[in-house]
Amino acid sequence: MIAAAPPTTGVLDSHWSPALENLLASGRAAGADLVEVFLERTDHLGVLAEQDTITSVTPAFGMGAGIRVFLGKRDGFVSTNDLSPAGLRRALEQALGMLGLATSANGRSGFDGLPALRDFAASKGDWLQRCPQIQEATARLLEGTDQLQRQGSHLQARRGSYARDWQEVLIAASDGTFGRDIRLHQSVGLNVLAADGEHRAGVGRRYGTSDQPDDLRRWDATASAAEVCGSAGTMLYADYVEAGQMPAVLANRFGGVIFHEACGHLLETTQVERGTTPFAERVGESIAHEAVTAIDEGLTGGAFGSLSMDDEGMEAQRTVLIQNGVLQRFISDRAGELRTGHARTGSGRRQSHTFAAASRMRNTYIDAGPHTPEQLIASVDKGLYCKSMGGGSVGPTGQFNFAVEEGYLIENGQLTKPVKGATLIGEAKEVMPRISMCANDLELAAGFCGSVSGSIFVTVGQPHIKVDSITVGGR
Amino acid sequence: MSSHQATSGNGLNAEQLRNSLASIAASNGIRRWDLGAACSTDISVQVDRGEPKQMKGAQRSSITVRVWNDAGLVGVTSTSDLSETGLERALTGAKEASAFGNPDDIPAFSPLATAPLATLDQPIHQPQGILRLLDTLKGAEQELLARHDAIATVPYNGLAERSSERIYLNSDGACRQQQLSTASLYLYARAEEAGRKPRSAGAVRLAYGASDLDVAGCIHEAAERTISHLNYAPIETGRYTCVFSPEAFLDLIGAFSGLFNARAVLDGVSLSNRDSIGETLAVPFLDIHDNGLHPGNIGASAFDGEGTPTKRLALLEGGVLRNFLHSEATARAFGVSPTGHAGMGAKVSVGPDWFEIGTTPGSDGGQAGLDRFKAGEAIVWIDSLSALHAGVKASQGSFSLPFDGWLIQNGEPRSIEAATVAGDIRQVLKAIVGFEGEAKITPDGLCPMVWVEGLSITGEA
Repeated sequence: MIAAAPPTTGVLDSHWSPALENLLASGRAAGADLVEVFLERTDHLGVLAEQDTITSVTPAFGMGAGIRVFLGKRDGFVSTNDLSPAGLRRALEQALGMLGLATSANGRSGFDGLPALRDFAASKGDWLQRCPQIQEATARLLEGTDQLQRQGSHLQARRGSYARDWQEVLIAASDGTFGRDIRLHQSVGLNVLAADGEHRAGVGRRYGTSDQPDDLRRWDATASAAEVCGSAGTMLYADYVEAGQMPAVLANRFGGVIFHEACGHLLETTQVERGTTPFAERVGESIAHEAVTAIDEGLTGGAFGSLSMDDEGMEAQRTVLIQNGVLQRFISDRAGELRTGHARTGSGRRQSHTFAAASRMRNTYIDAGPHTPEQLIASVDKGLYCKSMGGGSVGPTGQFNFAVEEGYLIENGQLTKPVKGATLIGEAKEVMPRISMCANDLELAAGFCGSVSGSIFVTVGQPHIKVDSITVGGR
Repeated sequence: MSSHQATSGNGLNAEQLRNSLASIAASNGIRRWDLGAACSTDISVQVDRGEPKQMKGAQRSSITVRVWNDAGLVGVTSTSDLSETGLERALTGAKEASAFGNPDDIPAFSPLATAPLATLDQPIHQPQGILRLLDTLKGAEQELLARHDAIATVPYNGLAERSSERIYLNSDGACRQQQLSTASLYLYARAEEAGRKPRSAGAVRLAYGASDLDVAGCIHEAAERTISHLNYAPIETGRYTCVFSPEAFLDLIGAFSGLFNARAVLDGVSLSNRDSIGETLAVPFLDIHDNGLHPGNIGASAFDGEGTPTKRLALLEGGVLRNFLHSEATARAFGVSPTGHAGMGAKVSVGPDWFEIGTTPGSDGGQAGLDRFKAGEAIVWIDSLSALHAGVKASQGSFSLPFDGWLIQNGEPRSIEAATVAGDIRQVLKAIVGFEGEAKITPDGLCPMVWVEGLSITGEA
């Protein structure tokens, strides 16, 4: 069979239909149950400002394809940068070969061709041009580092960074999936290192949105610098926290990393497949305190984890994971549905064409509750208030940990002195029933999640929540 | 799309790349440029209870080009598109970016970009192919599952082969090229006994080809480590003398390698400063070298991102800071030679290759400290650290990290249920009691077991 040539326009659109249909038909004729082709083009800009100088401008662009073939519950996946007919054909044949299949001139494909393209990118064609260009981005970053200088004290290093990631994807599969989208993610971060003698404090914040070309223009550099400098000033002279078991109140926004790490990952079907989640057989059962309702969705406008369609061509959904403490469903992708029976939720995601999609979180948060943040703090005699969280991770036995970037002691229902060096440690199935109070101030925060299908854009979030008892690592 | 590609089924074509770049550069008025290019072919398999779980293949190629404009400023662009069109876009993009180059920190070509390279003993293996990898991994999983009734799954596993090639070229005629084949195996088992929490541990092996992988050793180590954690108990929070495994101590030193990093020093985010050379940072019997050329460093690079030869470099000798890791630009700022630890970029990153940690020649390696240790006192053996990305504050020196390990009392080890270790790297380096055992080769370096006094352990007891 002679491969149809891909188009030469450089744009991923319906002109690719003949070439894609050819590949899909070849794969099906070889005996594959399903063949999926993921094409992408990317355009990245990174800018770094240090002190009052632009020290790095890093443009990057690329293209590639990921071809995945399913046979029964098995799959083979091959990625390539070579989008020529021969390159794509070679990738398909390698993927088929992994499953013991081979292309044949005589095979019947049973593939009826692709339907009309579902083009989610139709109104997004000018996004890249509407984003700030290098000159404007550098000016905004320098405004940020200047604000750090104006608002901070004892600052040994000031950094501002900007990243713009544009991605065009075209996804076709032999089940009739044929979709196109353009994604745009921008984030800007400010970091400082404050030092005074032996006292040191490093503080950073990152803000991110999706699909908003004007985002950097709207960024409030003054407010961001005030937040970073305020935290650094507080933490510079903070004592190390004393280790132990105690109640904790976690602030909203990035405090949601606790749910993301502690529970969210365990509700991905990849964990069900591996047998590494304690919740595998517990749909319909109580796994958390009745105060907890948790959502994963890809719909919130401008949120970092939102998407028009996932990386398997399925439209995003709002998925209620936990309702009043009861497990409702798992986050699932194509392979997850095939291997675990949990229906797809529009959550098949990947960093790039070099990864096969997997079930991954999008915008994931604990829903708002009835209390005020002050009520949560007032309910604690002695504990820890986690105003700002750092990163975290979850291990193969469900044990999680994450760092507290800015913490305060709670004594007799009041916030008292700042403390640093705290790490929260626990296991999801033990901690989830201890989230006993949720406040009414739900907010989301942008983040990056690294897992089996690479590093992806996500949102974490929550209102202020109270955990009745958690292990705090310290000194 | 151009029909001319600087890659072929057999890898990068350095001569074609050079000719293409020289031509495109000339037509765009670019006189000074350099390039780092890499391509690789990977295959990997994962299995799940005897069935293939995922089989992957990848052909990757990428280049990073730097361009110096007429004002001497540098711009950079990266791409995976190695067609003529892609190369032209990369060069012109780098030229555009050069308008925003930092006039206070301009990288130059390394003066060592044409210096002789060390000869590395890196045999090139032909790939075994995915079906043989699959058979090998299925066998390894089966054998690991059979080692103990409690081992029910090996949820994280993988066997991979890679053939790769990298190139450094510059417009002054430097041309570096290196081909490599590597293979890796990891087995991470999960064990659970009735009424007890699941426990897990694993092992990793690297080699130049799949046929050279120590599969039996990996199975044995993964099984032994997993089984050893079945009998667990909580640990009381407190201060303990800790024994770091070679892997754990190398992880810790790697996380704080900013201590030795000239780029971090110049940026003001290192715990060291320009005047730190000659300062005592650690106990007098500790040596740390960076030695990417060590034969135990599987996949060693003969040159860095700027073409500078890799070499062995003393970082700490007798506890005293001797050298920083350098790129061309940082070396120029310090008035020394580049050390072969650069990446490539408009702002060039600097990083370590592979650590050698051990006893200062002529010292007793802290034997006196070990001898005074009282038998019967509780010791925490830290086997592996995790979540380093979250629990390390590199610019502050502090860490708070979950770990797997054992509490040893009266010579009897018992797995610790869940705990973190916290401290300050500067205090750790000065609280080393001594070294125990022969230095072990790991993927990150060479190190013996390291005893450290007075670390804070938080348990759930």
